[in-house]
Amino acid sequence: MLLVRRFEEKCVELYSATKIRGFMHLCIGEEAVAVGAMQALAPQDAIVATYREHGHALVRGVSADSVMAEMYGKLEGCSHGRGGSMHLFDAATRFYGGNAIVGGGLPLAVGLALADTLQRRQRVTACFFGDGAVAEGEFHECMNLAALWNLPVLFLCENNLYAMGTRIDRYESQTDLALKAASYEMTAWSVDGMDVLAVEEAARRAAAEVRDGSRPCFLELRTYRFRAHSMYDPDLYRDKEEIERWKQHDPIPALVERLRAAGLLGDGDVDGLERSIAEEIEAAIESAEAGTLEPVEQLERFVYAEGMPA
Amino acid sequence: MSVAPATTITYREAMREAIREALIADERVFLMGEDVGAYGGCFGVSKGLLAEFGPERIRDTPLSESGFVGAGIGAAMGGMRPIVEVMTVNFCLLALDQIINNAATITHMSGGQIQIPLVIRMTTGAGRQVAAQHSHSLEGWLAHIPGLKLLAPATLADARGMLAPALADANPVLIFEHGSLYNVEGTLSEGNSAVDIERAAIRRTGADVTLIAYGGTVPTALTAAEQLAAAGVEAEVIDLRVLRPLDEQTIIASVARTHRAVVIDEGWRSGGLAAEVSARIMEQAFYELDAPVARVCSAEVPMPYPRHLEQAALPQPGTVVEEVRRMIGATGDE
Repeated sequence: MLLVRRFEEKCVELYSATKIRGFMHLCIGEEAVAVGAMQALAPQDAIVATYREHGHALVRGVSADSVMAEMYGKLEGCSHGRGGSMHLFDAATRFYGGNAIVGGGLPLAVGLALADTLQRRQRVTACFFGDGAVAEGEFHECMNLAALWNLPVLFLCENNLYAMGTRIDRYESQTDLALKAASYEMTAWSVDGMDVLAVEEAARRAAAEVRDGSRPCFLELRTYRFRAHSMYDPDLYRDKEEIERWKQHDPIPALVERLRAAGLLGDGDVDGLERSIAEEIEAAIESAEAGTLEPVEQLERFVYAEGMPA
Repeated sequence: MSVAPATTITYREAMREAIREALIADERVFLMGEDVGAYGGCFGVSKGLLAEFGPERIRDTPLSESGFVGAGIGAAMGGMRPIVEVMTVNFCLLALDQIINNAATITHMSGGQIQIPLVIRMTTGAGRQVAAQHSHSLEGWLAHIPGLKLLAPATLADARGMLAPALADANPVLIFEHGSLYNVEGTLSEGNSAVDIERAAIRRTGADVTLIAYGGTVPTALTAAEQLAAAGVEAEVIDLRVLRPLDEQTIIASVARTHRAVVIDEGWRSGGLAAEVSARIMEQAFYELDAPVARVCSAEVPMPYPRHLEQAALPQPGTVVEEVRRMIGATGDE
């Protein structure tokens, strides 16, 4: 969580310094969701994420170097620089993006799970999406398909209460999102998404049901982003008090406190962690700075696959 | 010399045989779409396949075009070789997000790491009095998109032979089957059926004018060519076959021989595929031309229901003949 937080804080600086451009969406405040949920996944499982996915990629094991290089648009990036912040891909860790169309990743997750089912592989496809996606037709199509075909998809709804700038009670007739999923005949429940241990426990239980039962499961992870929707967002639609109130539930100090109370974290441990994370991020920036800009002569590469299908 | 025996077959049956063969050849191949199973396919293409291959590989879907097209993309990413049937091009509008934002971009956005070996088949075209929402020809729209490949089988051999190379391709391939072709019957030799999916085909040779068509307008062009021949004008007929990437070489070489071209396209004229072909001829063979390139397209109107109005809206052989006559008359060298 601390790596994700510090990485994104550094991204803000780099954005201001115009090293990173385009749209950039931060998950600051929401780190417990990706960190907790990812503990339940095995290397053979697949992940489909959204445009707010830096944390998901890092936690999945995509290196800080290659994520940072991607933000710089360098060839060394995890998507060879072609995707940028919103389109982090990594075939090696089965990280299938980075999708910038709200709801657009859900059908992909259904398909990945269908492939596993047809090939008799006992794998989970974890599909992250925001509360805004629940209003999309693709959400409902995919809930139905996954349940109807008993597909092993773990639906992870990151409910941060806002679809960009519109609060959930202004766009959903039914704001209990687990209830919606349950209507598709799948196990669904809500979890405190600011508590990383609660997220992990729920994700482990849900992933086990998905893996062993070969059927989908839905978790609503109630969370909050401390920063604006994107770097372009002046954040005028939320009360400052509301943001401050949620900051009281910051998942990182909460975990530190619990670990300290349990005697699992000593006085100097957090400082040591901060130092090693800072070094990792600095190294990532250095390597991104030194990275290669793809020659313009290669502009039309990657439009079509090179060679025969794998 | 031994000649492979020939069988009588319809376009529909040729397409079904191609699917059967693919299912037998590779266990990663499966067919999914609305009514492909128990119903046998809206146009009867997959009739009997459910009984032969079972519901796992001949998979009926809910009416969720975006969901199941996207699931096809995901399944391709997961190592399968899906054939997704979208009942008609009209319904593919409900899946454009998946086709354009995912199928066409993920290989690129991932820096070439992820491949989408997916085939999407759909019926296209008008001519059956099914009115404005069931008569679209939107090939031109989809041919606009880098990352997609588009095929338009117009003959029995292409209906039979295009699917296998499309499935062997590492990219999303869209196959457009014109609704008026399903009942076309003819003979096809047995044995190796694979065709190339790179080149346009010259369906008839001629020295006076090049008629460029695809899918449902290939028969229109051939009929026009016969009528022109009766009047002493020899038309060359090019069947584009592959709508993206376009085989410019065959087009330009033909125009360099005939010095005149008419593009026949069931899509609307504005911003359509005919405009694209015409522009490329202008760019690459302008000094070969004896007359401006002509286009015979559908009238710019949502397809009307009554037969006489629908026929008036669609490209007709007579209109092609008139265009050629006008063209030759204008240049005055016949």
